[in-house]
Amino acid sequence: MSRLPVRKTYKLFIGGDFPRSESGRTYEAQGQNVARASRKDVRDAVRSARGAFAKWRGMTAYNRGQVLYRIAEMMESRMEEFAERAGGRKEVETAVDRWVWYAGWADKYAQVLGTSNPVAAPYFNFTIPEPTGVVGIVAPDEPPLDGLVARLAPVLVGGNTAVALASEPAPLAAIELAEALATADVPGGVVNILTGYRSELAPWLAGHMDVNAIDLAGADGEIPELERLAAENVKRVVRGRADRQSPYEIAAFLELKTVWHPIGV
Amino acid sequence: MAKAPALPSGFELPLEPRLPRIGSIDQVAVEERAAALARRSIKREAKRFALDMAVRMMDLTTLEGQDTPGKIAALTSKAIRPDPADASVPSVAAVCVYPNLVPAALERVRGSSVKVASVATAFPSGQSPTQVKVAEVREVVDMGAHEVDMVIDRGAFLSGRYAKVYDEIVQVKDACGEAHLKVILEVGELGTYDNVRRASLLAMAAGADFIKTSTGKLPQAATLPVTLVMLEAIRDVYHETGRKIGMKPAGGIRQAKQAVQYLVQLYETLGAEWLTPDLYRLGASTLLNDVLMQIRKEKTGRYQSPDYFTID
Amino acid sequence: MTDLERKQDRSPVPSGWDYAPAPEARDIVTLEERYGVYVGGEFVEPRSGEHLATVSPSSEEQLAEVAQAGPEDVDLAVGAARDAFENGWSALAPSERAKYLFRIARILQERSREFAVLESLDGGKPIKESRDVDLPLSAAHFFYYAGWADKLEYAFPNRSPRPVGVAGQIIPWNFPLLMLSWKIAPALAAGNTVVLKPAETTPLTALLFADVLRQAELPPGVVNIVTGDGRTGAELVKHPGVDKIAFTGSTEVGKAIQRELAGSGKRLTLELGGKAANIIFDDAALDQAVEGIVNGIYFNQGHVCCAGSRLLVQESIYEPVIEKLKRRLTTLRVGDPLDKNTDVGAINSKQQLEKIEELVASGEEEGAEIYQPPCRLPEKGYWFVPTVFTNVAQSYRIAQEEIFGPVLSVLTFRTPDEAVEKANNTPYGLSAGVWTEKGSRILSMANRLEAGVVWANTYNRFDPTSPFGGYKESGFGREGGLHGLEPYLELDESEVRG
Repeated sequence: MSRLPVRKTYKLFIGGDFPRSESGRTYEAQGQNVARASRKDVRDAVRSARGAFAKWRGMTAYNRGQVLYRIAEMMESRMEEFAERAGGRKEVETAVDRWVWYAGWADKYAQVLGTSNPVAAPYFNFTIPEPTGVVGIVAPDEPPLDGLVARLAPVLVGGNTAVALASEPAPLAAIELAEALATADVPGGVVNILTGYRSELAPWLAGHMDVNAIDLAGADGEIPELERLAAENVKRVVRGRADRQSPYEIAAFLELKTVWHPIGV
Repeated sequence: MAKAPALPSGFELPLEPRLPRIGSIDQVAVEERAAALARRSIKREAKRFALDMAVRMMDLTTLEGQDTPGKIAALTSKAIRPDPADASVPSVAAVCVYPNLVPAALERVRGSSVKVASVATAFPSGQSPTQVKVAEVREVVDMGAHEVDMVIDRGAFLSGRYAKVYDEIVQVKDACGEAHLKVILEVGELGTYDNVRRASLLAMAAGADFIKTSTGKLPQAATLPVTLVMLEAIRDVYHETGRKIGMKPAGGIRQAKQAVQYLVQLYETLGAEWLTPDLYRLGASTLLNDVLMQIRKEKTGRYQSPDYFTID
Repeated sequence: MTDLERKQDRSPVPSGWDYAPAPEARDIVTLEERYGVYVGGEFVEPRSGEHLATVSPSSEEQLAEVAQAGPEDVDLAVGAARDAFENGWSALAPSERAKYLFRIARILQERSREFAVLESLDGGKPIKESRDVDLPLSAAHFFYYAGWADKLEYAFPNRSPRPVGVAGQIIPWNFPLLMLSWKIAPALAAGNTVVLKPAETTPLTALLFADVLRQAELPPGVVNIVTGDGRTGAELVKHPGVDKIAFTGSTEVGKAIQRELAGSGKRLTLELGGKAANIIFDDAALDQAVEGIVNGIYFNQGHVCCAGSRLLVQESIYEPVIEKLKRRLTTLRVGDPLDKNTDVGAINSKQQLEKIEELVASGEEEGAEIYQPPCRLPEKGYWFVPTVFTNVAQSYRIAQEEIFGPVLSVLTFRTPDEAVEKANNTPYGLSAGVWTEKGSRILSMANRLEAGVVWANTYNRFDPTSPFGGYKESGFGREGGLHGLEPYLELDESEVRG
């Protein structure tokens, strides 16, 4: 007699915990019941992300790089689970390698994107990149895992915290990713992942006054409306793409701070 | 180790973190402020006022090994009546000479408003024993000098023996009696504006009537920013204690235009109250003729030639 | 004493020194009675048929009439820019593009006095500022970006930068020519063409700049200038032929532009308002800090987006700072912008004056204590006395809203943490000032302040090499420096890795 497998309950990932949606609702995707997050879950996720921001940005770049590398390790070790829930092994490998690639940027992008500025007066003047804050990510539907990773990794490596809306039709890989993140030394709240209907969630994320930037990689017809909502607090709007990988993807979620100081005795 | 005696009346070293704490000076910012003030455009009657005031505030100076009674006679003549052709040009404030020339100078200025100032305290280095310096001061005061320009002991200051510097000023002040004491910091040797401020406060605390930038014996003498730093120290002391200390930039001020800039800085830092020879002097030897030329230019409308102004 | 010496006049020391007026000569500027729009390299009558008057805020005298460009005018300007972009400018060798910009820089230097006088006439700012700040920086900006034109691939590793196309640029009235330079120089260096919309109240230096372009022999249509009020700007924003909008101005209008462009795919940079904290620690070099406070808020009548309008003073040093500040305020010379000794000029417009007056009234109503030095203001024109509010609570409107005038709100703090908390407690994030003699504290504060520019032991310094721009609702994108090129370039993607 074959053994009946124990199924996993797919929940949200907020503040390092795995709660059900406060709405109590689910929707069926990839043959599973998946939490159908509500606007209040968006609110809670943003609150967690804001709460985690100081700690995450305050970690040394070396440390953040190691955490990102640890994510790659955790994913590699769960290769099969990921492959099953995403678009196959190839996609997972791509995603793992992406984490490794971005992990290596943690202590380098400031050297590439920052400048020292030779002003025409006796001042020491430099410009350094800093994280923009809390970033909302509307992840692309496809590829469900690597699409999310491609948008999440540059956000994280820059020291931002994130609230990501997972692929609507294929959310399981995102939750699987959440489980990897939870075991990868990523402080709670740095990444928050919501599953549910994009049309119900994205406007709340785009309009949230405590979200500093939003990546609309997975948005489509709703882009004009989301961009309009984003204007309310002058959000940085990024129309990300799942196939992009470069330090300029990191730069899109960075502010530049210029510091002046006189040179004297 | 030297021990600071009781502080002169009216001034106490700060116990609270309020002014005049020593504080510090930002070099770039103070130089920018001084440069900004120097860009004031002083025209017509305002310029005539300033030129007249510059003459009144001048300490006409000769401090050379070759100074003789004859030289002093010429200098004092010029001091009393700067422009022989124009009685409305005022006398300068004082002549500033070496101790040996004090009697000659006094002889010549008698009856005029011009004062005689003498440098003292092993001028310009200040590197002699304190009792020698004090004796020198007593000597020039006994001879009748109205003002004494002393130098601080930079060696002591730069090695951190502030009490020694302080003590010496206190003793010199005591030796001065009625004579006015100007304390020369020799800013060109102090290295930083922070030190200039520190030395300024030290000198004022010890009893200086005036603080003065330089001996004139170094290439780095008075500048606008260093004078500004000292004026601000004076302002802090005034604000805290009500004591009005005078200021004397000296050395390197050769052109009328510079003199006007110094007066603008004075006016905008300490206000109209300080626009008097009692509280401000310009130590200079060659400035006077340029100011006279400018005065005559203002009066005649013609640019002038040095050929028409005596070199004394 | 000789006889002659005895005859020496011994009048008492005079007292009272007033600086005589020292006005910069105005005849260096020649104005037309009426200006058209500058399109395709020449001034043409606006199709709108409408004009508006531009007045001198210091005298209320009408200086000229300028075009109130309508939709058709904007369309023609965008068309001219598109034409110039496609037929010549974008294909021009970058080194040649550079040389045009160098020429412009040089001509601005040569004609700087003329521009400075006009800037002060039309905008009300003191001549010493237009002469010593606006003009030198404008020329320097062109000179700096000129050199970038043929070096763009070095600025963005692994990329082949291309121009975006036609840039619509809308600039404010506080630094009319300087903001023009901040906008036009990087845009042209990157190979774009431009339609510029100067501010309604200060269009004249932009129109004079057209003459610089003529002298530089810049190809027609590369820069087009359409004057007018907010309606003209709105037309430019929504014109489908514009690829990129760069706006400097209020946060309110910036948000409206961002909303308007939603879904359009147009590139956008915004340089918006601010409510900067200028933080004085008790170990600061006090007299210089006081200068920094004054420069921070009274420079350009406080018409500065990055003005240090909130003074945060450590409580232990509060009294001497305020005493020194008040004393210093009595030496500020308010009046004729063309007088070389004027420190604070005229408020740019009647409308702005009313806004300042309204906010100052609210400050008094809410319970703040007002200080204004004795000050005689001219009878005509728009003026506001440099003002300090003490006893200000963080919640007062004068501590929250951008006044954009010579009005300082003073708050206190006790610890560095409290200073950071108060400084960051605003939707804005453009700039901040820190005054302390302690190096490690400067770096810590610079790190924690949410602001695009942190001035430590200085304030309101600008340089073409130094990126400038905001966090949060102060906008996005940088102007100046290498980073100032990015908004005007498409960065081609390299091979996708993975």
